[in-house]
Amino acid sequence: MLQINNLHCELEDDSEVKILKGLSLTINAGEVHAIMGPNGSGKSTLSYVLSGRDGYTVTDGSATLEGADLLEMEPEERAAAGLFLAFQYPVEIPGVGNMTFLRTAVNAQRKARGEEELSAGDFLKLVRAKAKELQIDADMLKRPVNVGFSGGEKKRNEILQMAMLEPKMCILDETDSGLDVDAMKLVSDGVNALRDAGRSFLVITHYQRLLNHIKPDVVHIMSEGRIIKTGGPELALEVEENGYADLLAEAAA
Amino acid sequence: MAALDEVQLREGVDRETVETVQSMAGTYKHGWETEIEMEFAPKGLNEDIVRLISEKNKEPEWLLEWRLDAYRRWLSMESPDWAMLNIPEIDYQEQYYYAKPKSMAEKPKSLDDVDPKLLETYAKLGIPLKEQMLLAGVEGADEPRKVAVDAVFDSVSLGTTFQKELAAAGVIFCSISEAVQKHPELVKKYLGSVVPQNDNYFAALNSAVFSDGSFVYIPAGTRCPMELSTYFRINAENTGQFERTLIVAEKGSYVSYLEGCTAPKRDTNQLHAAVVEIVILEDAEVKYSTVQNWFPGDENGKGGIYNFVTKRADCREARAKVMWTQVETGSAITWKYPSCILRGDEAQGEFYSIAIANNWQQADTGTKMVHLGKNTRSRIVSKGISAGHAQNTYRGLVSMHPKASNSRNYTQCDSLLIGDKCGAHTVPYIEVRNASSRVEHEATTSKVDDDQLFYCRSRGMDEEEAVALVVNGFCKEVLQELPMEFAMEAQALVAISLEGSVG
Ligand SMILES: Nc1ncnc2c1ncn2[C@@H]1O[C@H](COP(=O)(O)OP(=O)(O)OP(=O)(O)O)[C@@H](O)[C@H]1O
Ligand SMILES: [Mg+2]
Repeated sequence: MLQINNLHCELEDDSEVKILKGLSLTINAGEVHAIMGPNGSGKSTLSYVLSGRDGYTVTDGSATLEGADLLEMEPEERAAAGLFLAFQYPVEIPGVGNMTFLRTAVNAQRKARGEEELSAGDFLKLVRAKAKELQIDADMLKRPVNVGFSGGEKKRNEILQMAMLEPKMCILDETDSGLDVDAMKLVSDGVNALRDAGRSFLVITHYQRLLNHIKPDVVHIMSEGRIIKTGGPELALEVEENGYADLLAEAAA
Repeated sequence: MAALDEVQLREGVDRETVETVQSMAGTYKHGWETEIEMEFAPKGLNEDIVRLISEKNKEPEWLLEWRLDAYRRWLSMESPDWAMLNIPEIDYQEQYYYAKPKSMAEKPKSLDDVDPKLLETYAKLGIPLKEQMLLAGVEGADEPRKVAVDAVFDSVSLGTTFQKELAAAGVIFCSISEAVQKHPELVKKYLGSVVPQNDNYFAALNSAVFSDGSFVYIPAGTRCPMELSTYFRINAENTGQFERTLIVAEKGSYVSYLEGCTAPKRDTNQLHAAVVEIVILEDAEVKYSTVQNWFPGDENGKGGIYNFVTKRADCREARAKVMWTQVETGSAITWKYPSCILRGDEAQGEFYSIAIANNWQQADTGTKMVHLGKNTRSRIVSKGISAGHAQNTYRGLVSMHPKASNSRNYTQCDSLLIGDKCGAHTVPYIEVRNASSRVEHEATTSKVDDDQLFYCRSRGMDEEEAVALVVNGFCKEVLQELPMEFAMEAQALVAISLEGSVG
């Protein structure tokens, strides 16, 4: 599904600041991978570079989604190709209704893929069903995108977008941060409901707890722009117990 | 798009964004022209031309005298220079002041008799002159709403739809030239009573040479059974358009009136100096919405309409209410300040405005809220969007007179900048001459936010859609005040892709 090879990137405005320094990662269809790593290790940057945000220059390496070169595509082409990023900090868009935003996004992707647009009625039915599962009420659907949403509401809203867009490759950047126990369960159920053989997940998190709900196939530890260790779910438990010190030392050795 | 090379991009706004917005405002859809034989009055302006216009309209003596009086006053006046506008010298002798399609020499009995070429013009603009048709954008509405249309082509009105149905309700909706013939007492009573002949330079010019426009009279206690609208089309070259609109809302009446404007693309500038007068009596309410899309000039600033307009509503009696909503996207130069005279106690005035200026457009627009009566209320919401090399100024006066005790005004002015060669300016004038009144003013200036655009694009929208969506959000408070009939047009104009909003 997602293949990242020796990816290097630096800040566009300051080529002295190198953030990704040779990151490689392969996620097969249907797999769930988790990335853990200290603050500032480049996890969010990886998600931004994959989804095409301005401000970073890729100096080496490659990233492909089902064989297609992601780095050559515009952000919206990546989305239409099936990539989705649940933002660590979802953006507020004043004056634009959540529902309008969702419908514009869904139809833009359908159009890009040469599919029919969803009718107003079908869209409404779909969004109501999905919103209900995430306990997002009608009021939240009407309000402007993320404006005045609590931290947890914003994260649930990201998952709603994901559920509506049905991407193939979902990147979740700290979707669990700021969630209370119940919301964590809701979000996890939402993600698990989407798990299937044709869809993969890359879950960025600081807490092992999320991985109790969303069981990963593979866990990666990231530090200073690279993956320094890859293992099974037990790796997350080890981090939870001991922190990163040993792992970092091991990598440095 | 040569001008783009000179545009230095503001930090945080990428080139595509600027290109997108430029291209959106750069593609003027209504730039074609209707080829039709016209009858012109000789070029230039003098008393004879004023007499000729009056004669063509078969006007009574008093109106001719009124025009001549205005003309003489105009001669002694000077073009205003206080706006933040760079207005090139206008040679008033190089203009035509009267242009009429030859086929209209004999006024057609009904719209069915109008030259098909002219009807086609309006069909192409999406304006229905057949009564069974509805304005684009209203299809799919729960129940189809009727809109009566007065179509003004250059200097003359082609005709007005739904005349019978309106007459049954006692509503008069016709061209002002027709009103002069059929309802001279009403015209004489109210014409110039809100905007006097010598109010300002352009109003004086209009008073001298206005050729046509719309007249609306809503009798006491009547709710106008449908929306009324006028579509102005400037077609002929080197011809000024000087329409005059007069709306009278008697006690306890209500009307919603819409106005749309387009013009062909031309290299030369064209003058448009309109006057709109609204008289609102006790407990009556008038909503006046404008979607102004005159040709703005090309991306190098060549051509375009000079739009010098005086619009004023006189809330003459208690609890009279007026609401101006304007979406100003066109014109090379806009000089326009729809105003509210809140004379009656508890009168209310509202002004909602979206002004978009792109490329080399200049807009100096805003409102005046003159509080004369007690407990009067006014509200101003202005959204200015500037791109390219455009200059966009909000200019507003809020005046609380000594007798206007316990009055309130709330003003909100937001400016959005795209690129760094454009400018946004806010010029509020506030005069409070009594101790019990309160004026609140809030202003913000921001630029299109890259994080918002990226967020939209990461969900699959292309940049054009993303900009449209974000700008739409910025304008929301004003757009939602527009009657449904204009929503589609306005949204498209503000470059919004709201494909039928849900929920
Ligand atoms: N636009 C930017 N300008 C300056 N520095 C940046 C920028 N983007 C990322 N960085 C820097 O790159 C490093 C990696 O940041 P990133 O946000 O990817 O870390 P992270 O692993 O997601 O951290 P956290 O766990 O705190 O979310 C940090 O040192 C950060 O300050
Ligand atoms: Mg992060």
